[in-house]
Amino acid sequence: MSRIVILLTAIAMSLQTTNLFAQTEQTPADEQEKFNVVETISHHISDSHHWNVLAWDGGKKSIDIPLPVMAYNTQTGDFLFTLSSSFDDGKTLQKNGVTYALDHHDKLLADGSRHNVFDFSLTRNVASGLMTSVILLLVFCGAARSIRKNGGIPKGAAGAAEYLMVFVKDIADEQIGKEKGARFTPFLLTLFFFIWFNNLVGLLPFFPGSSNLSGNIAFTGILAVFTFLVTHIFANKHYWIETFTVPNVPGIMKLIMIPLEILTMFIRPFTLLVRLFANITGGHIIVISLFSLIFILNTIGIAPVSVLLGLLVFTLELIFGALQAYIFTVLSALYISLAVNASAEE
Amino acid sequence: MEGLLTPEPGLVIWSGLTFLVVLALLTKFAWKPLLGMLKEREDEISSSLQKAKEAKQEYQRLEAQKNQILAESRAERDAIIKEARAKVDAMIEDAKARSQQEADKLIEQARAQIEREKAGAIDDLKRQVATLSVQIAGKLIETNLNTDNGQEALIEKYLQESNFN
Repeated sequence: MSRIVILLTAIAMSLQTTNLFAQTEQTPADEQEKFNVVETISHHISDSHHWNVLAWDGGKKSIDIPLPVMAYNTQTGDFLFTLSSSFDDGKTLQKNGVTYALDHHDKLLADGSRHNVFDFSLTRNVASGLMTSVILLLVFCGAARSIRKNGGIPKGAAGAAEYLMVFVKDIADEQIGKEKGARFTPFLLTLFFFIWFNNLVGLLPFFPGSSNLSGNIAFTGILAVFTFLVTHIFANKHYWIETFTVPNVPGIMKLIMIPLEILTMFIRPFTLLVRLFANITGGHIIVISLFSLIFILNTIGIAPVSVLLGLLVFTLELIFGALQAYIFTVLSALYISLAVNASAEE
Repeated sequence: MEGLLTPEPGLVIWSGLTFLVVLALLTKFAWKPLLGMLKEREDEISSSLQKAKEAKQEYQRLEAQKNQILAESRAERDAIIKEARAKVDAMIEDAKARSQQEADKLIEQARAQIEREKAGAIDDLKRQVATLSVQIAGKLIETNLNTDNGQEALIEKYLQESNFN
């Protein structure tokens, strides 16, 4: 969303705004090139090997923070460790006789193919996630220290942090039960705040926000996998019996129900994955689309509408950011509860 | 927009790793202390409430005890006063009775003394009356009653005869 700020600044400075975005892509620098909204949105919501701070002059000039590029070449067995700034203007890099390149989706290629290389670079999303994690640690470790210093009495911001923590802790207590819930509270707390803080950072329309980590399917996927693992590592024996024998269903129905139950095991975390991914990415797409209206219609007349609608959607996104984190946490707690509190049915 | 639905393995690894590290650090340095302090505070509040309740009960018990002791001491005081009064009454009664007895005895003694004195006096009087009567009678009859023996015998004879009772 840093683009939005750049856009607005650009509008204020000049009305030559038509091809602001397309310039960042590897397309020919045609002055009157048509504004490609799909490319703009795609560029924003997907990952990148450099962290854009500011861009101006139609995206020709920009301040970027170079990020480490780390990859394993599956063909040669070599590791590539470098900075994204070491790629030349054509976005290529020669190393050990291999040509590495960043394509116009900012994906790493080796000898022209993305399948030749396993990319585990510290990309914009990773950097954003690390930054969010540091904020998260500072907030809650700071709160813990502050409360300890005050002799166990929360004061000021620490009280707010503790209030939020208690809010999430109550989810665990309500869903799983006070006794058994205590074991999962740290996981659920971390889950909620990790998602929420990343959502908020993603909503920041300028550096160092604007990345779309919590709307990335890799991020939501791995969190869903963690929920799945926690659910099934701590599941009791009744849960497994119920899943694989479906005790209170008559004979022939079992043939249908058992595969369904087994599918359910995987569908549950899958819905978590899709819900968070779709909501956050969808929100980002709507906001950018609304601001892109100005450039699609090529008139500043639509700007007030864009800004007002954008503001509305942005506010909604702030709410959704918390809501989606809450839903993910509540459902995770529910799934864990179903597995941990399963009891034998007659 | 292709690739949006295919998770990047690199990002999967980094996200997972970040989450796990954050989970570990937050659990150790934030959640455990925060939840611990929360629990401590909850326990402290509930134990304080319990203590307040106990103190109230203790106060009520002491109050009851105090009242009981007060009532007991009051009863004891009443009993002591009653007893003392009874003793005093008894002593007064006793003293009265004794003094009465003493007085009775003295009166009795006095009466006996008077009785004795009276008897003696009457005896004496009778004697003198008899002597006088005999002298008068002797003079009158001028017989050989001049001898003392004859007089005495006569007096005795008369005394025997005359009963003054």
